[in-house]
Amino acid sequence: MSVENPVERYLRSDRMPHIWCPGCGIGTTVNCFTRAIDESGIPMDRLAVVSGIGCTGRVAGYMHVDSFHTTHGRAIPFATGLKLAAPDMKVVVYSGDGDLFAIGGNHFIHAARRNLDMTVICVNNLTYGMTGGQLTPTTPEEAIASTSPYGNFEHPFNLPYLAESCGAVYVARWTTYHVTQMKKAMKEALLKKGFSFVEVISPCPTLYGRRNRIGDSLDEMKTYKTRSVIKNGADTKEVDLGMTGPIVVGKFVDRERTTYQDAMEAFYSRKLGNRYVRASQ
Amino acid sequence: MVIDAERCKGCALCVEFCPTDVLALSSSFTAKGYHPPEIVRPEACSGCDLCGMYCPDFAIYGYRL
Repeated sequence: MSVENPVERYLRSDRMPHIWCPGCGIGTTVNCFTRAIDESGIPMDRLAVVSGIGCTGRVAGYMHVDSFHTTHGRAIPFATGLKLAAPDMKVVVYSGDGDLFAIGGNHFIHAARRNLDMTVICVNNLTYGMTGGQLTPTTPEEAIASTSPYGNFEHPFNLPYLAESCGAVYVARWTTYHVTQMKKAMKEALLKKGFSFVEVISPCPTLYGRRNRIGDSLDEMKTYKTRSVIKNGADTKEVDLGMTGPIVVGKFVDRERTTYQDAMEAFYSRKLGNRYVRASQ
Repeated sequence: MVIDAERCKGCALCVEFCPTDVLALSSSFTAKGYHPPEIVRPEACSGCDLCGMYCPDFAIYGYRL
């Protein structure tokens, strides 16, 4: 009896093998994501994946669903337009830390503030992988990058805290070591109404791990295993990432807020009455 | 368990994290020069698919009959 690889039906097989380095964590997150789609029961033709630029930005090109490979940092604006024009689509933004929080940081905070009904998955490899390992807003203090050869002196973003304070209704963080939990978090995020955010800490063995003397992907995964502390419901103020010390993982926020679409419909229905025309379903 | 050796890039995550130690890195080479995993203890495989979840190259997966 032969059983197909569960990830296969979601991949554009003609584009395999992919460009990611040996041991890169992005493939692992895609495995979990496709299994989460399977379990959530969302049909493939009602799902859209939007990516920006970067290593993680390639995910949209490899997924065999409706996908959008957009300009750098602008994955969320494209996804916003898609969601407003086709409200019954499940829109997932799948991108990296540099794309979502440096180039596209402004869009992230406003999408979270508006509580747009979309899921954002951020594969955080703590560096710009595709362009040569430069410093990102999430690179921990003291870490060496190609643009900080003596180490980083800037304080990085704490992504779960940023997402929560801007208004996201679901915030979780896992590493690529926690595959089962990551799959569950992605499934919950897909089924959550409103702006859901999943951060996945992922190894970049070629640029981040090698430069910071962590070793290859396997060594980086072992450090996740030893450094991770699971604290569901932890205060997001206290989940900062450093070069050493614990990596706090878990589901931090799960709450309810009125979404952008619901607020808009309620407001205009009240103001305009039957002159208000809803977006087509 | 099924291995597609030509997709494998030899990162050994499946070998390390297999809960029942079914796999080992083979001494053979793929066309690209990587060492793929091989099944050394087939009877121990529980079909948990953890290797399939970890594999960054979609080259291995487990299933239960």
